[in-house]
Amino acid sequence: MASLKALKIRINSVKSTQKITKAMKMVAAAKLKRAQEAAEASRPYAERLEAVVSSIASKVSVGPQSPKLLAGSGKDQVHLFVVATSDKGLAGAFNTNIVRLARRRALELQAEGKTVKFYTIGKKGKDQLARTFRNDIVHMVEPGDLGKLGFEQVRDWGADLTARFEAGEFDVAHLFFSKFVSVLTQEPTEIQLMPVALSNDNAPAGAAASVDYEPDEEEILADLLPRNVAVQLLRAQRENAASEQGSKMTAMDNATRNAGDMINKLTIQYNRTRQAAITTELVEIISGAEAL
Amino acid sequence: MALHFELVTPERLVRSEEVHMVVVPGAEGDFGVLEGHSPMMSTLRDDAVLQVWTSAGGAPETITVAGGFAEVSGKGLTVLAESAA
Repeated sequence: MASLKALKIRINSVKSTQKITKAMKMVAAAKLKRAQEAAEASRPYAERLEAVVSSIASKVSVGPQSPKLLAGSGKDQVHLFVVATSDKGLAGAFNTNIVRLARRRALELQAEGKTVKFYTIGKKGKDQLARTFRNDIVHMVEPGDLGKLGFEQVRDWGADLTARFEAGEFDVAHLFFSKFVSVLTQEPTEIQLMPVALSNDNAPAGAAASVDYEPDEEEILADLLPRNVAVQLLRAQRENAASEQGSKMTAMDNATRNAGDMINKLTIQYNRTRQAAITTELVEIISGAEAL
Repeated sequence: MALHFELVTPERLVRSEEVHMVVVPGAEGDFGVLEGHSPMMSTLRDDAVLQVWTSAGGAPETITVAGGFAEVSGKGLTVLAESAA
């Protein structure tokens, strides 16, 4: 049985761990609020841009001259997975869930005989993917603190991705991130980044027929499509930032509770041991006295 | 009489209000948008100045936008810009 002193040290160490996890939970809660606001603030832009892009795209006939981002490369062989995770751990299964979805989809595509490449955003995702797909990671970026990420930075990634797409490095790009549903639920999500996936339902058919375009549709589209890529990336980062904090909050709450349970258990053990020592001592004294 | 004007950046919804007129620096020339303007879409010049009249007469308020795009529809004028100051 552990000595009294060892138990006491153990209890104290669990107590300080509990203090740390509790503080981390509170920090996450404060950051979550800001991240959530940022995620919501970036939604109007993404939604409007998407509506505009699909309404123009529905009017442009896809031909050999149309932008590659709209028409695609005409092939479906090489897939690029843009996996957005975070640089930091201690956020429960946040990073793992995103990577798991990406890995499952990658294996599916590989089974169909396609080539899958990875473009990772975030250190954690890269580390986890490197275990299975070490040689397929074409590029990696580290975003740092997701909450402080600005549009300029994301736009550079978008430009990089667009350039790679134009150069024919891949045919289809998918974006993986974690969608923030609530503090308790974050959904790993996949969207098609390139070529643009069009949802036809929000394009007003008759009403927009008489719209004037300045310059013409194709030029506007050529301007908007790369921007759309950047905006989708930004949206993914914002959603990720909120999800990360939500996930971290839950994970740290659990850790705090577990530490509490452990302290209780150890305290009971400590008291029992102390009692046993006292009893032994008494028995020794009494039997010693009786022997006289 | 009022035009619904919205200015949106990726970071946030900057403006959403009723104004009198907005002069938009389009890629092919400036154009003024009043209520009931026919639907149109235009890209904006880089680092151009948006002039907003909240009421008829008076001095316009100026907003510098970069990397923008304007859409006029039945619902009003929406300007999507990468940055606005």
